Amino acid sequence: MYAFTYQRPTTLADAAAAIQAEDAKLLGGGQTLLPTLKQRLARPTDLIDLGAIPELKGIREADGGLEIGAFTRHAEVAHSDLVKRVIPALSSLAEGIGDRQVRNMGTMGGSIANADPSADYPSAVVALKATVTTDRRSIAGDDFFTGMFETALEPGEIIKSVRFSRPDKAAYAKFRNPASRYAIVGVFVAKFGSEVRVAVTGAAGSVFRAEAFETALVADFRAEALNGLSVGSDGLNADIHASADYRAHLVTVMAKRAVEAAG
Amino acid sequence: MSCTVSMTVNGKTVSREVEERTLLVAFLREHLGLTGTHVGCDTSQCGACVVLVDGRSVKSCTALAVQADGAAVTTIEGLAAADGTLHPMQAAFREHHGLQCGFCTPGMVMSAVDLVRENPNPTEAEIREGLEGNICRCTGYHNIVKAVKAGAEAMAGTQATPVAAE
Ligand SMILES: Cc1cc2nc3c(=O)[nH]c(=O)nc-3n(C[C@H](O)[C@H](O)[C@H](O)COP(=O)(O)OP(=O)(O)OC[C@H]3O[C@@H](n4cnc5c(N)ncnc54)[C@H](O)[C@@H]3O)c2cc1C
Ligand code: FES
Ligand code: FES
Repeated sequence: MYAFTYQRPTTLADAAAAIQAEDAKLLGGGQTLLPTLKQRLARPTDLIDLGAIPELKGIREADGGLEIGAFTRHAEVAHSDLVKRVIPALSSLAEGIGDRQVRNMGTMGGSIANADPSADYPSAVVALKATVTTDRRSIAGDDFFTGMFETALEPGEIIKSVRFSRPDKAAYAKFRNPASRYAIVGVFVAKFGSEVRVAVTGAAGSVFRAEAFETALVADFRAEALNGLSVGSDGLNADIHASADYRAHLVTVMAKRAVEAAG
Repeated sequence: MSCTVSMTVNGKTVSREVEERTLLVAFLREHLGLTGTHVGCDTSQCGACVVLVDGRSVKSCTALAVQADGAAVTTIEGLAAADGTLHPMQAAFREHHGLQCGFCTPGMVMSAVDLVRENPNPTEAEIREGLEGNICRCTGYHNIVKAVKAGAEAMAGTQATPVAAE
């Protein structure tokens, strides 16, 4: 790891000022950033730790849904009684991230800012019609993920919280990499009245919605409604873990499992 | 580029001047000489380095020492009683042959103690799930799972709650 200076601001305003320094980087739970620094793949001059800023923490009920602070750890989302009551699918998604040590440190803001193509939370942000609030503005969940490891965030912009809408029914199903536990394919299905959202992570460079699946599920919200449907393998990821064809197959299987689990 | 880091380690207050990039595991091993916490990988996957920070298990290879400033840290050296009596989880690993080479054992034991804090009576499936972040190259896990089950029962019996979340 290259040398850097470390700062631990206690207000969002101080963090926003500190991150303006050239080559400064925000530190969330460090579960992605610290391994990257250890491999000397990045060389920030300053690390701005977000862990001491009360404004970035906590889980609240808001507009019938949930507002979750950016510096909320995966384990807190997994164990929160409020999350279990309002959006249980979100707590079970969090419980399936990595392992308990990663969940004890990693944060929601860090996960979505990082926008790993196989991360779990991006699927919930899109399927649950989330709004991402930063120190500068609000960004619709549909517009937040712009590509592989790319988001709509500007340099130095800090995520404050994520607001999720409460669905009538929802579930997340993931086919995980047995070693890393990241999603080879993960599908989040959410039903809001007559609207259905199906968000797919792990399969492509960035999370996407399976629109043909959504149309079929609006007509008939049962796993059988997806029989014979496929997202197709064009543009899907292929690597040592799974070919594009296999990923396309998994998207349908995981979507069916999610619909069944949503009930 | 250096700073003073203070924390409670195994009940004792310690303070050291370190470079800001110092990892928690390096602070424990190199600055405090507590070499029971191991390093088995550089990808944050093996769990040999697991310690408790304010009672919760974390991978000390993937945390900065400064992030634990002010915290209470427990390492494998902090589990046994002052007279050397092993913690029930350590005793269970010995009794049930939950180790062969022993390299993964400190991390396994610390993860197990954290797991039992949250779930005092875990099923076999819950134990396997709870040890997802710990890799063992020797045992095939079977006896580790048995040891954790027995350790959990022994902990319930003795009310051992070793880990200060001071
Ligand atoms: C062994 C292992 C297994 C894992 N398995 C999974 C898995 O199964 N599923 C999964 O989804 N993830 C997995 N992860 C990743 C994990 O969820 C990380 O916690 C997450 O990707 C990053 O969150 P963090 O809080 O640790 O962020 P950090 O690593 O601290 O930061 C990541 C990036 O986000 C930026 N950032 C952090 N907070 C903010 C903010 N508030 N505003 C703007 N930018 C910010 C940082 O500058 C950095 O660029 C795994 C990680 C490990 C080590
Ligand atoms: S040394 Fe392997 S996870 Fe920490
Ligand atoms: S006992 Fe050798 S690695 Fe687990």
